[in-house]
Amino acid sequence: MRFGIVVFPGSNCDEDAFHAAKEVFRQDAEYLWHKDTDLRGADVVILPGGFAHGDYLRTGAMARFSPVMGPVRAFAERGGPVLGICNGFQILLEAGMLPGAMLRNRSLKYRCEHVHLRVEQTETPFTMAARAGEVLRIPIGHGEGNYYAPPDLLASLEKNRQVVLRYTDPAGRLDDAWNPNGSLNAIAAICNETRNVVGMMPHPERACELLVGGVDGRRIFESIVGAMQTVATGARS
Amino acid sequence: MSEPSGVETADVARLIERHGLTADEYERIVQFLGREPNLTELGIFSVMWSEHCSYKSSRVHLKTLPTEGPQVLQGPGENAGAIDIGDGLAAVFKIESHNHPSFIEPYQGAATGVGGIIRDIFTMGARPIALLNSLRFGALDAPGTPRLVEGVVAGIAGYGNSIGIPTVGGEIAFEPSYARNPLVNVFCLGIAKASDIIKGVASGVGNAVYYVGAKTGRDGIHGATMASAEFDEKSAEKRPAVQVGDPFMEKLLLEACLEVMRTDALVGIQDMGAAGLTCSTTEMGSRGGAGIEIDVSLVPQRERGMTPYEIMLSESQERMLLVAKRGREAEIERIFEKWDLHAVRIGEVTSDGVLRVRNRGTVVAEIPNRALTDEAPLYRRPFSEPEYVREVQQLDLDALPDRSAKAFALQAGAARLETAGARRLQPGDPNTALLALLASPTIASKRWVYRQYDHMVRTNTINLPGLGAGVVRVKGTDRALALSLDGNGRYVYLDPYRGAVLAVAEAARNVACAGARPLGATNCLNFGNPERPSIMWQFAKAVEGIGAACRALGVPITGGNVSLYNETDGQAIYPTPIVGVVGLLEHADRVVSRRFRESGDAIVLLGEGRGELGGSEYLKVAYDVVRGTPPAIDLAAERALQELLVALADERLIRSAHDCSDGGIAVAAAECCFDTGGIGAELSIDDVSVARDRDVNDAAALFGESASRVLLSVAPDDVSGMLQRAAKANVPARVIGQTGGNRLRLVVGGRPIVDVMVDEAERIWSSSIDKHFVRRVA
Repeated sequence: MRFGIVVFPGSNCDEDAFHAAKEVFRQDAEYLWHKDTDLRGADVVILPGGFAHGDYLRTGAMARFSPVMGPVRAFAERGGPVLGICNGFQILLEAGMLPGAMLRNRSLKYRCEHVHLRVEQTETPFTMAARAGEVLRIPIGHGEGNYYAPPDLLASLEKNRQVVLRYTDPAGRLDDAWNPNGSLNAIAAICNETRNVVGMMPHPERACELLVGGVDGRRIFESIVGAMQTVATGARS
Repeated sequence: MSEPSGVETADVARLIERHGLTADEYERIVQFLGREPNLTELGIFSVMWSEHCSYKSSRVHLKTLPTEGPQVLQGPGENAGAIDIGDGLAAVFKIESHNHPSFIEPYQGAATGVGGIIRDIFTMGARPIALLNSLRFGALDAPGTPRLVEGVVAGIAGYGNSIGIPTVGGEIAFEPSYARNPLVNVFCLGIAKASDIIKGVASGVGNAVYYVGAKTGRDGIHGATMASAEFDEKSAEKRPAVQVGDPFMEKLLLEACLEVMRTDALVGIQDMGAAGLTCSTTEMGSRGGAGIEIDVSLVPQRERGMTPYEIMLSESQERMLLVAKRGREAEIERIFEKWDLHAVRIGEVTSDGVLRVRNRGTVVAEIPNRALTDEAPLYRRPFSEPEYVREVQQLDLDALPDRSAKAFALQAGAARLETAGARRLQPGDPNTALLALLASPTIASKRWVYRQYDHMVRTNTINLPGLGAGVVRVKGTDRALALSLDGNGRYVYLDPYRGAVLAVAEAARNVACAGARPLGATNCLNFGNPERPSIMWQFAKAVEGIGAACRALGVPITGGNVSLYNETDGQAIYPTPIVGVVGLLEHADRVVSRRFRESGDAIVLLGEGRGELGGSEYLKVAYDVVRGTPPAIDLAAERALQELLVALADERLIRSAHDCSDGGIAVAAAECCFDTGGIGAELSIDDVSVARDRDVNDAAALFGESASRVLLSVAPDDVSGMLQRAAKANVPARVIGQTGGNRLRLVVGGRPIVDVMVDEAERIWSSSIDKHFVRRVA
């Protein structure tokens, strides 16, 4: 399968996502320049972390206008799997491909550290290899990861089971002291209603090798690789 | 062509002074040109001959440093140094100061320091993969310090995080002497193909000179001269001389320049740092034995009506100057266009060795490069040992002021410490002393700082900050690099030579503790006003010490930076050479950190303690005394120790290694227990006899800072093999305890002296710095 990793000017986790896909999971991977107008046959699209266009305006506010976002949106509407990581999540919010918005961390400071995440939903192409309730230890690195949605939207996200990952303590219990940024309902990741578009603040690509950052991020990549193999096998049979 | 013409003599004198030049220096300029310089030329001379650019006071000393070795690919003189790390790869690295700007405007001062050092690295054709920083502030509880710390840390984070280069380590110390002159030293390391290192050279007559990056504004004019003057209360008025950073622009430049470099269409490239367009045109021409001619009217400008003087002296950030191979210009222009950058042709390379500046065709400055570089003034400034040295080296441990109770009560009381034995802490009690040292901001956990830095981007970071040397893997190989910055200003103040030796030794030892062989070093020399013989003496002795240590330990200096005039209102900082050492691990997965890994492991001490308390953190915290001589060091023994550490890691005979420095073996042992989930330890250390009072002797044994000591933890099965290796290497080594339990117990001369709960000690150590900052939720 082929990963398409979008490079916006200011993306800085593009090479890390590429490395995870190509070197760790031995899949095809291709960079997609933000001015590209097709996805070069990508089976899954990753919008990586970074500071697209410097994020001098709201995070992600400029990137959503990049030409590549047209085909990315069309791909998602056809059911193609799209994962936004950190800045990629912020871009998906600005593009309206996921609901809600990001505020500055309640500490008003950038935070880089490992957090604990409880898997809430496994019915997405990016979490299907995980167990519901499983706790993953994956790093974050952001200044604006404080997820916000108005009450009615928040209620519908919960009702539709669109909250994919939540910040918890190491045992998987909700505890405000372990919420690193003040996100409502401790939300770390959500999906869209059709469940093929996922945005997450933590960086799974930083936790794919034992030597650096641990291996819990592999769950996310294993899920999508598994999901695509299922699709491929299904198509062949 | 003197302009403005007809200036009065008095006006000329004032102009010269305002440009930071002496009358003698001006005379030299006139002689060299054979005429009076015009204002633009005067400005160009003033920045190129500033201390910051010309190293006029320091050069004669720097020349004595060892800069060669089989591993050195590039020594001093280029934008950064480079060493061979195998597999055809080079590690390109350098350290630089941004002290003065950071005091005036902490956020932007620190941010642009990071931007500047990153440019130095990618200019060499290297992909930057790691940042470190070394910071010095006044006492953390002094008014004003937290604000400076917050600003500097946020500035480093703001730039490094955005551009996507991880900050993987560094160090911070707090001393009153830095209160009004903080130090912000930033280090960057990049990886290049050894064969593809690019230099800042202009050659090939007629080759086009391009300008690319941010537009030129009036910011930062005379930044280099500002960095070459002392501070006073008017310094705040110099704010326009501090530049504003744009990490996004630099990210574009970084990617575009690396892409251009892969094409082979470049002759040379240099960033515009201090002294901006002036320095880059002069240095590129000078290195290539050529001249450069530019027309300033072609330079992209942010403001209207800028004069040639302003354009040549602007220090606007994120700008590069490059020379293209003839016929390859379109290729280069196309790559920059892809990144929405516009490379503008502003001139060409000439054969006459002259920097020629035109404005709409008219020559406005014409100076031989040689006059600005090789012929810049060179001073052998007089130096003499200041009187304070002999005085402060006197330390009578039998006559310490009776301040221990008060100081401990202060530190410990604030932390509301209690030992697990549920007894109240007694002032002067060794438990209290240990906890107070762990709470001392210089020793306490720097998590509050490094969690603001993205230290994991690029997914190479093996040893996270706070675990010893920063360790990053080199993708595509089995190897990793260990990086450490060190320098104890207190030691250097007490004895510049020995203090500098200890700085090199500690940086190299930290790298060796991670399992890496020290390969090369860079230094940032932060001192006061070199025109004072006492300061110049500190400088000369420190450089001598660095040279001796680098030679003995086999780590050549590949470059660095000198920051002088670190004084405010005549008060100099502690002389502070910061040494950065880069080491190589052949196998990344054999890396070692400071943390104990298993209960039941043997604890081995390498080296020997002699109870040396001179200049120690203990004397500072307990008695507010900064006296004595820094610990003695035998460089041959130090080298044997470091080589042994590398071999032990490579043979997987050790599970952890931690250097004993600030706070001695007691603090080192506590730190080995931290971040382990609460693994405790019991250690038995020897008595020392340095005073009549037994309590003082116990403190010396526990908290003395004797050099060349490392605490190891070793799996029981490996102990005999490990000890044999040490014996063969002639390094003193013996088992002094065992890991396990949840307490830290230290026995001195057979008597139990310290007994604390690890989790409690860790809580104090990890929360001490946070407490000084405004508390916000999470």
